[in-house]
Amino acid sequence: MSSGLYSTSKKDFDKTLDLTRVKPYGDTMNDGKVQVSFTLPLADDDRAAAAAAQLAERMGLREPQVVFHKSLDAQFTFFIVYGTCEHAVDFTAIKVHTVDNQVMSMPETNEFIRDRIGRKVVIIGASTGTDAHTVGIDAIMNMKGYAGHYGLERYEMIEAYNLGSQVPNEEFVKKAVELKADVLLVSQTVTQKNVHVQNLTELVELLEAEGLRDKVVLVCGGPRITHELAKELGYDAGFGPGKYADDVASFAVNDLVRRGLARKG
Amino acid sequence: MSQSKLNLDPKRVAEARELAHKIALDTQKFIDRHTTVTVERAVLRLLGVDGIDAEEVPLPNVVVAHLQKAGKLAMGAANAIGNAVLKTGLAPQQIAERTAKGELDLAALPMGDLFEVRAKVTDLARATVERIRANRARREDRLRAVGDKSGPLLYVIVATGNIHEDIVQARAAAKQGADVIAVIRTTGQSLLDYVPFGATTEGFGGTYATQENFRLMRAALDEEGEKLGRYIRLCNYCSGLCMPEIAAMGALERLDVMLNDALYGILFRDINMQRTMVDQYFSRIINGFAGVIINTGEDNYLTTDDAFEAAHTVLASQFINEQFAVLAGLPEEQMGLGHAFEMDPELKKGFLYELAQAQMAREIFPRAPLKYMPPTKFMTGNIFRGHVQDALFNMVTTMTNQRICLLGMLTEAIHTPFMSDRYLALENARYIFSTMEGLGDEIEFKKGGIIEQRAHTVLENAARLLGEIERDGLFKTLEKGKFAGVKRPVNGGKGLEGVVEKDTAYVNPFIDLMLGGKKS
Repeated sequence: MSSGLYSTSKKDFDKTLDLTRVKPYGDTMNDGKVQVSFTLPLADDDRAAAAAAQLAERMGLREPQVVFHKSLDAQFTFFIVYGTCEHAVDFTAIKVHTVDNQVMSMPETNEFIRDRIGRKVVIIGASTGTDAHTVGIDAIMNMKGYAGHYGLERYEMIEAYNLGSQVPNEEFVKKAVELKADVLLVSQTVTQKNVHVQNLTELVELLEAEGLRDKVVLVCGGPRITHELAKELGYDAGFGPGKYADDVASFAVNDLVRRGLARKG
Repeated sequence: MSQSKLNLDPKRVAEARELAHKIALDTQKFIDRHTTVTVERAVLRLLGVDGIDAEEVPLPNVVVAHLQKAGKLAMGAANAIGNAVLKTGLAPQQIAERTAKGELDLAALPMGDLFEVRAKVTDLARATVERIRANRARREDRLRAVGDKSGPLLYVIVATGNIHEDIVQARAAAKQGADVIAVIRTTGQSLLDYVPFGATTEGFGGTYATQENFRLMRAALDEEGEKLGRYIRLCNYCSGLCMPEIAAMGALERLDVMLNDALYGILFRDINMQRTMVDQYFSRIINGFAGVIINTGEDNYLTTDDAFEAAHTVLASQFINEQFAVLAGLPEEQMGLGHAFEMDPELKKGFLYELAQAQMAREIFPRAPLKYMPPTKFMTGNIFRGHVQDALFNMVTTMTNQRICLLGMLTEAIHTPFMSDRYLALENARYIFSTMEGLGDEIEFKKGGIIEQRAHTVLENAARLLGEIERDGLFKTLEKGKFAGVKRPVNGGKGLEGVVEKDTAYVNPFIDLMLGGKKS
């Protein structure tokens, strides 16, 4: 199976990049090389390997190579497969919703708030519903921040309240009223069986029922949150992996000003 | 302490331990004066009360709520049940059922002679205590017959939300070399002030801890272990609002390892500190008697606090947890004190500091089956680097002889583990444990070197922190946010309404039998 370090197979395809037909890149433009791994509920034998190869073909992988297979249990086998992807995408036709906001540094954000809002911005955050994980909301809010990005608690012009985990939506809304929050941050980390979608939707409905939805900036975040999903659910923005406090703060304060929500202090 | 590779000062270690002892004793005074709703429900469960009423409320809850409403809980549920057994001739389960149906007003029964009541309920308790003793003997026999593994125990989790699917995953994991199977609970169970009943087929993020689920998984692991010629340990979680009840269920169904840490509940689940310290005491007595290894949750401090800067809080908490365990009669061999490999991968020399911390814990708690947790905070979704981080963690595990090694998953932060993720984790660990076997014994650390100095600093800071806690008291310390950077008020959090001051006639026969009857 292993053909050694030096591939002698002919590469008879066009090797120039065409943005209307983008393919995966292994070591040559347009070679389409892809790796996948999966488990099949089958005993580890030649037929199972053939089944894995066939499945890879169905995924659009030509010349699938089952490079590794290992029995996990009598009726389960793990496969690693390489293949050549026959599909391509037209990159020029792709549009995504991203938070199109210039990201400001902490001092810039503080300056922005002083100039344009003239009082401290109140931001409350929580991991809501049954979610017990605070890793996400802590990374954004805690003084120390995450990966060198200071959290909102360190921002001079932001009054940040981290309510922690497992905060019911009703309580979250109550706190928002009590603290006169300008910005609401919701973190969802455990997301099995889409429980997060349900919970996020419930919060929006609750805010609408209370007539608060238009008066605040509503932001969600978590490992499986995208900006697109957030917009779909009725949030102003969504932040996924690799986003930090400065991303969130920059968006929030700009949105406050943009929507005329910032009452001068 | 045997020969220290880190040249730790035994005098300083002894001082720190003495401070922790004083801290625990001070808190114990409060504990001894109080009981809680879940302590009393655990007593009922141990007396044989189980099942649910027509509204699916567990019968132990029905009975305790009934007694509490009548202001009779301060005497202890054991007094009420013992008295009712004498008066009616019914078994505790029947008494509970009739109370639930409104056929019996348990609280209104005139109290008989306290001495006789106590003798009766102690008699009833003895049968359960014997059952638990037999469970313990069965585990020990089995371990003697097949031989217990030396070196780290490989601990993996299953978390499908369906106990039957969990069993499929657990069997596969056992075949691949897992030694401990933990069934992750449904998200939020720790905040339920009752224990659900029956088998779970639909849970979010995990599977409820119920006695039936415990029984099903125990049977499956026994069967699988029989085939493999090994004893597969089963783990679940006492933490939360039902610590002693879940400990009781674990004792009845022969669980081997249980998470048990009030400090964790206070800090990370916002459970009221008075409530959970009282709960913890009885739950640890049960765990101790049942031969269950407890796992404490210090590792969690490092998910919110910085693992380098807050390393001493982990050690200080280990000292405190050790002393609370001692007071509950739990031997060092059952103290799975927790810590974790959670330093930022970008931190230069991070591996040296991790090694220092793990070796230090090993030397300070020489007989404790330390629980070592893998990286989670800095797992990013880059599964390839994640696998390397887990490999480094495995190296520290084997070099410092940690006992309970919770395997890191390369897909941490993405999803609950696939069957293949678990396989890759087990393969990673077995490879490293095999190829590096004995390396720890070959290594000495440079005198005055980075590793030695780091350990000294952490010990010194931990001892200083313990001094402050001893001065302020544990409750005040938690209010100040000294652990995990989280502040908790003494009257805040969940479950305070379930704390009751004991009457002088209070009885809990299991405390006497389990704390005093260990050697018989």
